Amino acid sequence: MQRRTFLKTAGVAGIVAAGRAPAFAQGTKLHIVRWVDFIPEADVELRRQAPEASKALGAEVTFEFINANDLQPRITAAIQSGAGADIIQMLWNWAHLYANALVDVSDVAEPIGKAQGGYYDVFNASAKVGGKWLAVPHGCGGNAVAYRRSWFNEIGVKEFPKTWDEYREVGKKLKAKGKPIGQALGHSFGDPPVFAYAFLWDFGGAEVDASGKKVVINSKGTLESVKFLQAFWKDACDEGGLAWDDTNNNRAFHAGEIGATLNGASIYIVAKRQKDKIKDDKGEPLYQDIEHAALMPRGPAGQFALYLPFQHSVMKYSKNQKLAKDFLKWLHQDANYGKWFEVNEGYSVGATKKWEDNPMWARVDKPLQVFRQAARLTRAFGHPGPATAKATEAYTKYVIVDMYAKAVQGMKAEDAVKWAEGEMRKIYEA
Amino acid sequence: MKNPIAGGAGRAAPVEVALPHSRASQRRTLTGLLENERFLALVLLTPTVLILGMFIAYPFGMGVWFALSSISVGNPGHFVGLKNFVKAWNDSIFRIAFWNTSVYTFWATIFKLVLGMWLALLLNRHFRGKRIVRASMLLPFIVPTVLSTFAWRWMFDPTFSVLNWTLYKTGFIVTKLPFLSNGDWALWCAIVVNTWRGMPFFAITLLAGLQTINTDLHEAASLDGANGWKRFWYVTWPLLKPVTVVVVVFSIIQTFSDFQLIYVLTGGGPANSTHLLATYAYQIGVAAGLLGEGAAISLCMLPVLFVVVWIQLRYLRRLEGA
Repeated sequence: MQRRTFLKTAGVAGIVAAGRAPAFAQGTKLHIVRWVDFIPEADVELRRQAPEASKALGAEVTFEFINANDLQPRITAAIQSGAGADIIQMLWNWAHLYANALVDVSDVAEPIGKAQGGYYDVFNASAKVGGKWLAVPHGCGGNAVAYRRSWFNEIGVKEFPKTWDEYREVGKKLKAKGKPIGQALGHSFGDPPVFAYAFLWDFGGAEVDASGKKVVINSKGTLESVKFLQAFWKDACDEGGLAWDDTNNNRAFHAGEIGATLNGASIYIVAKRQKDKIKDDKGEPLYQDIEHAALMPRGPAGQFALYLPFQHSVMKYSKNQKLAKDFLKWLHQDANYGKWFEVNEGYSVGATKKWEDNPMWARVDKPLQVFRQAARLTRAFGHPGPATAKATEAYTKYVIVDMYAKAVQGMKAEDAVKWAEGEMRKIYEA
Repeated sequence: MKNPIAGGAGRAAPVEVALPHSRASQRRTLTGLLENERFLALVLLTPTVLILGMFIAYPFGMGVWFALSSISVGNPGHFVGLKNFVKAWNDSIFRIAFWNTSVYTFWATIFKLVLGMWLALLLNRHFRGKRIVRASMLLPFIVPTVLSTFAWRWMFDPTFSVLNWTLYKTGFIVTKLPFLSNGDWALWCAIVVNTWRGMPFFAITLLAGLQTINTDLHEAASLDGANGWKRFWYVTWPLLKPVTVVVVVFSIIQTFSDFQLIYVLTGGGPANSTHLLATYAYQIGVAAGLLGEGAAISLCMLPVLFVVVWIQLRYLRRLEGA
């Protein structure tokens, strides 16, 4: 059998089994850019795997980790200059925004999905453009409300509030004790939109209708949500949240400055892994006092979530597209992916349903169990319309986040909604 | 006789003679060309023109083309005329950014000028450790902007601000001051940081200007009974005006097109309330990938700066002529 034929038929699994590397030119390098993970050990694991991948693929695999908020500028610069990393991590539905510059990776994504019980719906919406996979789904960062069990008990709350009204009452009491609810509402990739979109949906608001073309943000539901947040912010929240990015609430929670916050599992995991450093007011490890509510409270229209799906895209300008695809196949082999998945302990869950059955879930602490099926629950930007490039543009311009931020800073709720409507029209009806 | 050597030098002679003749002639031609001032100027200017063309004219031309096209990331786009400029003008965030840029530039330049002048006057005096003080004064200007702004960001942090902590512990405040979480506060914080960073540039340049002023003039004014303020107003200030105009022009250009400080300190937030034109252009062009719209926003800085610089340079020319 010729090597080329062998590679085509057996794929990377065959390469590894045969202990041979494919014929990439000597000195070939594969450059992958990803965010700096909120679970530092996840990046350590990928770095550890890089030499193994290099050996298996016969090329030098290198990871570069950058601030998540710098990913989009980096992608733009790379595409426009036609040079840069071969593989770049895509968050949300960015694949729609950069569709012209991404390689069709259906031949990689489809077999992985089929072999692993199928992808969650959110990935069909976020990584598939025009029926083609432009990014290979990698994982999903679930969110939950992390709160201090003892502080909730002190104000007589045994269970996490079921409705936003109840949560506001709890928040009032917490704020009176100097331990308010913390919520980032600044320009940052994760926490602010995760909160703002889900909150909007809870009250029946939406940016567009199901066609994805008609702007419907100026609705009764949106207006109610904005008015509610104005009061909620003043009564229950740390008002510094307007200047927070994705890291501030983690630090504030660990320092005992806030009593509850919407976040990924990182607050709990980091508190546990650094239990000697991160302690509560009694000097006990803080993680023991952290509880998670799987979803934010229920609003008049229901209880919804926006979680962060992420994928890897192969860039069209890359001279190593074949190698990049082979690497992604290698990365998603059970043995390799499983190690990264387990290090995450639920902060990032799998992109395919198979990982819900991983034995890790039996080992992780109870507060982390809520993330097991997180990827099933999430909606995508643009809901109830499709998660198009326009929806990504609205996210990138922080229109929904800023609508709320303007209102809590004192703008009339009606004016804030009208402002958002104007911005949405410029995006969707241009 | 056309060629006296050729007849007695055999067959190869004409060639041997022709070569030195040709070299000498070439040399004469080259010397002649170099003695031509126009040609020499062209030769000497060519490298500069090439460098300027590659690194200034080409990017500028590209920027103008981008601003007039619908280019977005990964999509070459097509000519759309002034559409991007019209869109920017109708954009409320652009208007906020334009206003912020003007306020930020105006106040930061005023503060830098006043404080820089004050510092320069102090440093112009004789005291022990003068050199160390002068050198250390430059530190804010030397430290990379991103690094120093990060330090300021920590000092203004909504949760862990050392300023809030100090004011609270000393009993001056009972609730945290919203340094970066209130749009107005955040813009003033940015002006403070810009002043802190840019003041040494003013001080050191004005100090250089002060040192060129003949001390006899001050002595003469003192003998005539002029007090400190009068000596400054009637002697120092008129002689320092040309330097001041130049340093203010530089500062306005740098401050109006500032990017790093706002990008690190506030990222344009909260709710776009501290965007400057440069950070907003970046947000639209690079982060959102709408390169044409971003370029148009960025290009809006040009006419403003052009007018400001033109007025100031005319003023400077008049001062020099006076």
